Amino acid sequence: MNNLNMAKIQLNGDPYEINNGTNLNQLLIKLKIQKNKVAIEINGVIVEKKKYPNLILIKNDKVEIVHFIGGG
Amino acid sequence: MKDIFTIANNNFNSRLIVGTGKYKNFEETANAIKASGADIVTVAVRRVNILNKDQPLLMDYIDPKSITYLPNTAGCYTSDDALRTLRLAREMGGWRLVKLEVLGDKKTLYPNMIETIKSTEILVKEGFEVMVYCTDDPIMTKKLEDVGACAIMPLGAPIGSGIGIENKKNIMTIKKQSLVPVIVDAGIGTASDATIAMELGCDGVLLNTSIAESRNPILMAEAMKHAVIAGRKAFNAVRMKKRSFASPSSPKENLI
Repeated sequence: MNNLNMAKIQLNGDPYEINNGTNLNQLLIKLKIQKNKVAIEINGVIVEKKKYPNLILIKNDKVEIVHFIGGG
Repeated sequence: MKDIFTIANNNFNSRLIVGTGKYKNFEETANAIKASGADIVTVAVRRVNILNKDQPLLMDYIDPKSITYLPNTAGCYTSDDALRTLRLAREMGGWRLVKLEVLGDKKTLYPNMIETIKSTEILVKEGFEVMVYCTDDPIMTKKLEDVGACAIMPLGAPIGSGIGIENKKNIMTIKKQSLVPVIVDAGIGTASDATIAMELGCDGVLLNTSIAESRNPILMAEAMKHAVIAGRKAFNAVRMKKRSFASPSSPKENLI
């Protein structure tokens, strides 16, 4: 059953459902992620932080959220 | 004597750069880094774990304002992957000083120098300051310097092997011909290996596994700190000449 108010995106490789009209800032708030600690790519293109509030996610968007982890 | 370690116009107190991988937890990572005295730590870029929102973050334990984060491209086997990783790292908070490594295969983790040189050139043009993990081939390191690498980082032995410096002659040749800092990256197993790298004249040492996989990482981190300082001082002091036979240390005259 498809809910008309929801859209399915790919988030870090897995399917994820968002409300239609969700922007990147709202997604981060929902995920409890601080934006100064991550970088985001949508469909292979890096998104500047200042553009997060204006970037509305749409169906099938491939979203990658990365951060720093331990490494050598 | 002032002996400042400068990379791409940034001055650092410590010539030891440490990785942040393979530790039990972030607390141990933070304690080991503190004990090592390092001013620069390498970090990897990976996907955020969406499902586990409460997982601790490296940044909560190691403050990027008080220690220099050096984003790496570990795990990248193509130029495209490495470029993507470092562009994301820069977006995260303006990191321009980066460590490039483009690997050749999983067994040796040797660098793919063709992809590495290509990536260095592109990154330099995009305004990155690129410290480059590379082979110990003086022709390749010269090429890297020509395309704008800000530091040359040849391996002393394979990543994570802990074998020690296998290629002293090549490292020395590279150091003698390079105008940018030369840092031994990979292969260090214990403190004496780090000292040897510095005694060869290298500007710094980058290591991770030798601390993280020792039985007592905090103690080994401290050992590495002193090892690098000792090697650097010995290099600057210029060692004595070797003799084939003994030479008494006490005067030969006025014996009773």
